[in-house]
Amino acid sequence: MAPHDLRRPFKRAAISDQQRRRELALQRQAEQRANSQARARALASSLLSFPSSPQSEPEFDLETEQETEEPTTVVSSVLEASKLKGSEARRWFARQLMLPEWMIDVPPHLDNDWYVFPRPAGKRCFVVSSNGTTVSRLRNGSVLHYFPSALPNGARNKDVSGPASAYCILDCIFHESDQTYYVIDMVCWRGYSLYDCTAEFRFFWLNSKLVETGACNPPSTYHRYRFSVVSIYDCNQMGLHAAYAGSMPFSRDGLLFYNKHAHYQTGNTPLALVWKDEHCSQYFLDTDSKGEVPALQQVVLELQDDGKLVTSDDPPVVFGSLDGEFVQKSGLRSGNLLRFAIKDEGARIVDGKLELCDTQYVGKSNRARAFADSYSKVFFQYAARHSPLRMGDLLASIQPHISQDEKTLDVEMAG
Amino acid sequence: MAMEVTQILLNAQSVDGTIRKQAEESLKQFLEQNLPIFLLSLSRELANNDKPVDSRKLAGLILKNALDAKEQHRKNELTQRWLSLDMAIKTQIKGCLLQTLSSPVPDARSTASQVIAKIAGIELPHNQWPELIGSLLSNIHQLKPHEKQATLETLGYMCEEVSPDVVDQDQVNRILTAVVQGMNASEGNSDVRLAATKALYNALGFAHVNFTNDMERDYIMRVVCEATLSPDLKIRQAAFECLVAISSTYYEKLAAYMQDIFSITAKAVREDEEPVALQAIEFWSSICDEEIDILDEYGTDFSADSEVHCFYFIKQALPALVPMLLETLLKQEEDQDLDEGAWNIAMAGGTCLGLVARTVGDDIVPLVMPFIQENITKPDWRQREAATYAFGSILEGPSPDKLTPVVNVALNFMLTALIKDPNNHVKDTAAWTLGRIFEFLHGSAMETPIITHENCQQILSVLLQSMKDVPNVAEKACGALYFLAQGFEDASSSSSPLPPFFQEIIQALLTVTRREDAGESRLRTAAYETLNEVVRCSTDETALTVMQLAPVIMLELHKTLEMQKLSSEEREKQNELQGLLCGCLQVLIQKLGAAEPTKYVFMQYADQIMDLFLRVFASRNATVHEEAMLAIGALAYATGPNFVKYMQGFYPYLEMGLQNFEEYQVCAITVGVVGDLCRALEDKILPFCDGIMTQLLKDLSSNQLHRSVKPPIFSCFGDIALAIGENFEKYLIYAMPMLQSAAELSVHVSSADDEMIEYTNQLRNGILEAYSGVFQGFKSSLKTQLLLPYAPVVLQFLDSLYKEKDMDDAVMKTAIGVLGDLADTLGSNASALINQSVSSKDFLEECLSSDDHLIKESAEWAKLAISRAISG
Repeated sequence: MAPHDLRRPFKRAAISDQQRRRELALQRQAEQRANSQARARALASSLLSFPSSPQSEPEFDLETEQETEEPTTVVSSVLEASKLKGSEARRWFARQLMLPEWMIDVPPHLDNDWYVFPRPAGKRCFVVSSNGTTVSRLRNGSVLHYFPSALPNGARNKDVSGPASAYCILDCIFHESDQTYYVIDMVCWRGYSLYDCTAEFRFFWLNSKLVETGACNPPSTYHRYRFSVVSIYDCNQMGLHAAYAGSMPFSRDGLLFYNKHAHYQTGNTPLALVWKDEHCSQYFLDTDSKGEVPALQQVVLELQDDGKLVTSDDPPVVFGSLDGEFVQKSGLRSGNLLRFAIKDEGARIVDGKLELCDTQYVGKSNRARAFADSYSKVFFQYAARHSPLRMGDLLASIQPHISQDEKTLDVEMAG
Repeated sequence: MAMEVTQILLNAQSVDGTIRKQAEESLKQFLEQNLPIFLLSLSRELANNDKPVDSRKLAGLILKNALDAKEQHRKNELTQRWLSLDMAIKTQIKGCLLQTLSSPVPDARSTASQVIAKIAGIELPHNQWPELIGSLLSNIHQLKPHEKQATLETLGYMCEEVSPDVVDQDQVNRILTAVVQGMNASEGNSDVRLAATKALYNALGFAHVNFTNDMERDYIMRVVCEATLSPDLKIRQAAFECLVAISSTYYEKLAAYMQDIFSITAKAVREDEEPVALQAIEFWSSICDEEIDILDEYGTDFSADSEVHCFYFIKQALPALVPMLLETLLKQEEDQDLDEGAWNIAMAGGTCLGLVARTVGDDIVPLVMPFIQENITKPDWRQREAATYAFGSILEGPSPDKLTPVVNVALNFMLTALIKDPNNHVKDTAAWTLGRIFEFLHGSAMETPIITHENCQQILSVLLQSMKDVPNVAEKACGALYFLAQGFEDASSSSSPLPPFFQEIIQALLTVTRREDAGESRLRTAAYETLNEVVRCSTDETALTVMQLAPVIMLELHKTLEMQKLSSEEREKQNELQGLLCGCLQVLIQKLGAAEPTKYVFMQYADQIMDLFLRVFASRNATVHEEAMLAIGALAYATGPNFVKYMQGFYPYLEMGLQNFEEYQVCAITVGVVGDLCRALEDKILPFCDGIMTQLLKDLSSNQLHRSVKPPIFSCFGDIALAIGENFEKYLIYAMPMLQSAAELSVHVSSADDEMIEYTNQLRNGILEAYSGVFQGFKSSLKTQLLLPYAPVVLQFLDSLYKEKDMDDAVMKTAIGVLGDLADTLGSNASALINQSVSSKDFLEECLSSDDHLIKESAEWAKLAISRAISG
């Protein structure tokens, strides 16, 4: 029957430093556990490849760089890739964009399975925010801007700091005249990969998450460029019309069509399509380096070991070959990207496939270019000059129609 | 044997060691050979008035020890052993015990009381011995005073041993009636009255129903208050003890009695003897505790459905209470600061004043300031000290707005007193008050800084000089410096005025740690603790000085390891010092390991530090182990995969830590370190996992291990799985069923008390962290199908948690994350299961719309992973 001890702590700090150390250690462990968990969750299960040795190396000259073939491994983390520097980063990012094929004919179920949206004119780029900075890279992997942004982990600003793994990767088009990044797809968000998500989900996520961060706000100290989402429409008559002719804050460069069920797939894909005409794009026909439309259609093809000239598709489409003597004489090497002009009547369509039969070598292509043209691009440009796919054709394909298979349902009369 | 027992019991208390040892050995043999007969003969010995009192007392004591032990595991064993004894023998034993209550020998009665209470503690919850209370109370009015006293004492001990819910209200009423009647002034025998008063103290927990009845409550309160006026000091003290217990148990029933209680306590504080006065002050401290808790919990925002209502007793009593407490401050004892165990009326009064300040805030300031102004410059040291102590006491509670103007004036006063006052006691209190100023009114959250670039040098020079003063003053000066540094925790290099003095501060603290007299007044500990805080709060600018501290501390630790042939007192000192040095190294490792440039340089010491830690483990002291373990965890994290080179040497101690059931803190910390190792070594920890997993599984199966260690063990499963990935395969068959059965147990909170709810949530969190780690660990593996059979169980667990609606935010966040991890790893295999689960969808929706940022983030991850699983 002993009453409790009367003595209370006298002139003492309420907590001992040992207890404080213990608590700080527990706090540290809990934080680090949360970090490892976040890192594990962010490990992209998609199969991206990147060089196995991400240590920084001296910058290569572009020419020699192309010969250094490094072993690649299945990537474990996009975060690793975002730590890449210089040439490695350029090569890695050059392979990461999803490249829409050009629309040669109208895919079936356009109205049910596809989205349509206007493509802002400008530079297609990958925007990565991580470790307190944001980097945009062009299709060939070269850096467009280093800048602070309101994207997660996009600026060294106390307010928006999060776990280091909370990086983001956005697929954007930088629109010069209003200095805005128009986000056309979301690839990773706060470290979570969206590669394996459907377009439907990615667009949903993009629209709900981007605005929350303040990235769509006007520029400020910690946010140099404004980001903006592009209106995405169901590809019905209304949607198609809005995307084609509706007023947009940017100048339009054709329309993009995305299949709702398709994952983000790097490289060329027929589940994302680009289409243009002279009304919705000032670049309907390809221009040359002076910005003029050349008299003859030009194509860029890659020279292979055996002299074959191929497109950038996987597997590549062979569009002809060069003889060894010519290759040697012109100092060309395998892997070079070469520009050819298609002579009049130099191409024909056989069984729905385009064949090139008479081309003329123009020269090596611009060094900044990373890829040859794709088959669909060559075909689209060819069609554009001869019998283009018109808006009317697209609209016609989504006219409401009554299918013969459709059953008429009984209706219960309630009178 | 009867004759023999008496002699053996006497021999067991013999001054002659040999005889004593032999007797103890015989007793042990009896106990082992025939326990029932042994216990019976002890009870007969106790009951026999012809036997010497010493043999009777020891007989009772051995009986008592055969029924109860401090250690929970042992206690359970003894309980089971008693329950399994032969009923007839137990009846005889109990008969002897009850008979002893009427013995003329007080020691025999008192011992029997305690043994009866222990037996009641075991039997009543099992519905055995139902006649006990009835037989104790049956003829209480006819008993002789000494029998009555023994009966009341027995009831008191019984109430202490037994939980109120195993005694029915009818019996409670009879107990309380007997006890309160015994306390009444009409009871002429003061031994009876004292026993009754002490019994009420323990019986108060049984009186909840009676306290809701106005008449019964009034009666109890009147009798208690009257007992505080008894001419017998012990009765007055015991009655005030009852009042203190009532203040916390029945706070909400006190309003009607506060006026009377104030008069009684004020009289006791001013006039009564110290033991009584201390209890009277404690009553008010206890009311403060209640009101602080209520106000903390509900703020000032009471709605009709608030569970507890604040009556603002302290606020109402304030004008009379504060002067009463201020008077006590003048009753200091000489040199009370030098005596660790001292507790007197001045200390109690000052402590209570501090609690009052926390309860009422700003209102106390105008009531105390006149006292301070009047006394602070008086020639009598008692007045100066009381004024200083009063000021220090009220610094926590009132708003900075109210205090800052006063503090700005007082600061210089305190600094001057600390250097110049001739009285040691005043200096001690001045230094303590400075510490309080820095603790509560200095820091980045304050609008007007107390410490500026202008006055910082002066403050520091006073503190550093005082650190050379006598140990108790120096210790308080260290404490003040601790809070001064802490206030600059969030300051950037440019805004902290400390860097120019940093080197000097470190040197001064090291000098204190080496003082000959640093063992007094906890001075050495205070100096190291302050050193730790100074390091923790340092900026980049002073990183070099912090770096230079590392080899200094390492050398100190090395020196303690070289000490040879120590006496037990020296060894204790050595252990304490090693604990402090390991703690300091832990802080250095964490500080220097946190930034890349310093980490790189610091790593040159890693080999030596690790070597020192391993040698420290040779000590048998739990605190030292704990500190070294914590430091190693920090080192592992800073070192990363390279830590593997220390694993061979470290592993035996790691295993030892995991086996340390008795000192469960060591075990818990070691489990945490396993987590650190997993994150540092990743798959390099694999070779050690068989051993670690074996220990962890053993720990979980043990009923000896303190339950608080179990949740971290589950979390640790997750850490291991995440580190070794699909190699966790071989542990699945052991770990998953354990997780499952723990999960099933943790779904329902087994009782409504806060501690149990908190524990249950910790357990759930640990289990969920384990699941999370296992799923994520297998993600990139080809063996994910191994997890498929466990998925329904996990989803069911999540369903149940969602249905129970009583998880806390941390559990909710982890739980919804697990849903994502499951989907992420099992992919399309999971989507069907998730679709079938009852509440995944609702759970997810609820988390997505949560206000808690972490829950929402976790839910977004889950949504994303599920979406991927479904589309993949």
